[in-house]
Amino acid sequence: MTNKPLPQIDVETAPFWAGAREGKLLLPHCGDCGRYHFYPRALCPHCRADGWQWAEASGRGVIHTYTIAHRGAGPAFKDDVPYVVAIVELAEGPRMMTNIVTDDLSGIAVDLPVRVVFDAVTDEVTLPKFEPA
Amino acid sequence: MTDRTACIVGIADAALENGVIPGGATALQIQARVAKAALAEAGLTLDDVDGLLVAGSWGMPRPGSMAAVTMAEYLNIQPRYLDNTNAGGSSFEMHVGHAAMALAAGACEVAIILYGSDQRSGSGRSLGGRPSALDLQFETPWGMPAPVGGYALAARRHMHEYGTTAEQLAEIAVATRKWAQLNPAAMMRDALTVDDVLASRMIADPLHLLDCCLVTDGGGAIVMTNAERARDLPTRPITVRGFGESTTHMTIGEMPDFAHLTCAEIAGREAYRKAGLGPKEIDVVEIYDSFTITVLLSLEALGFCGRGEGGAFVSGQRTAPGGDFPMNTNGGGLSYAHPGMYGIFLLIEAVRQLRGEGGERQVAEAATALVHGTGGTLSSGATVILARE
Ligand SMILES: [Zn+2]
Repeated sequence: MTNKPLPQIDVETAPFWAGAREGKLLLPHCGDCGRYHFYPRALCPHCRADGWQWAEASGRGVIHTYTIAHRGAGPAFKDDVPYVVAIVELAEGPRMMTNIVTDDLSGIAVDLPVRVVFDAVTDEVTLPKFEPA
Repeated sequence: MTDRTACIVGIADAALENGVIPGGATALQIQARVAKAALAEAGLTLDDVDGLLVAGSWGMPRPGSMAAVTMAEYLNIQPRYLDNTNAGGSSFEMHVGHAAMALAAGACEVAIILYGSDQRSGSGRSLGGRPSALDLQFETPWGMPAPVGGYALAARRHMHEYGTTAEQLAEIAVATRKWAQLNPAAMMRDALTVDDVLASRMIADPLHLLDCCLVTDGGGAIVMTNAERARDLPTRPITVRGFGESTTHMTIGEMPDFAHLTCAEIAGREAYRKAGLGPKEIDVVEIYDSFTITVLLSLEALGFCGRGEGGAFVSGQRTAPGGDFPMNTNGGGLSYAHPGMYGIFLLIEAVRQLRGEGGERQVAEAATALVHGTGGTLSSGATVILARE
């Protein structure tokens, strides 16, 4: 178990979290405009189409920007500092917030290539994180 | 034909001692007292108020979710114009714009904007404990320290794209402290150097403790009316010349450009258009400084310098007293006070400067002021341009 805040999985996001449990990074892919987006939302943010398909992403990307947290986000993260919170730009285009898993904080940089890893924090919740590729 | 141009005719802020309300007070008590004070200097009372605009982070999720409704009850008034707009710290700049439109339309004649916070002396704030629901389920689980971590993400990207340095960000904190030293009401008045900022504890790399705003109590009120009515009131009216607002995201992961404050660009463009003024015609600037990077991004987006030029622009203590760009003249959220949603204090300071009530920190011949608030995690922005006639 964990005392960290877990995602409150809902009807819209359940497939994403189910995919993560199976070691897949799923992204909404719009058949109308051919583009991916994240996080999932009812209307494609690019072309406003109502309806798209989940598609498995490559899990590859680069660090778009990052911070090293020296003060955690509340008591649940207190013992984890310092840790990296990053925005990763996925090869498919969308960006997502995540953690970079590394023993070498000095190696973290903008544009660093990364690949997805899956952290099963509970039976129900697996968080996609990234590590240097 | 009634001249319904919107004017600010009354202001008040709550006195603090070391960042707290002496003796303690609830957010409701704080707001009632500043409301009475702001109305009193304008020769008005609560019985004159027919427009009420309130935002706060008190009483959430229960009574504070309907802030203006709760304050109308608490003050025992029944306004005919009501605004609960809450976009974070920029709410009050939005309120000025909304009140200006309501006054112009005749929807109200005396509007009051209120804010109160007991976050330092009271229950404290817990932005780090944001619920992990809806869009936030893609932010909170990764331990993003909100809000500072989000600002750090923007700072890092700005450094990457433009070579902006931690020293340049620190220049903002140092210049702002110099203004605080001229303001007896400011909480932090000890001398500060760039080295002090860089030596302060790292909070969310690249932001240090002294890149971050204070955590204090506070309260503020602003009274607005139309130009016709303002003529009969004792204070010097300050005219609302322009206003604009926008938003781009709630969760920082959705910020469209981490190195550019798009919402401030949209808000500023609209405010300049309405005012018929440009950045070069502004005498004093009050910009939300939740963090040093907030200021730098705002300066660029509002056209005071070009994209990526913010670091050079603030260098050499340009924004300090005696510099050629007077900014955050009360000492800002970095050194004066920051009760959680700071935007109302930007407006109050701009009015003081335009009235010539700045005391030691008065900017000579200040005739126009630009105020820009930021809310959320670089999420929302609102600009107000004020002038003394
Ligand atoms: Zn589409």
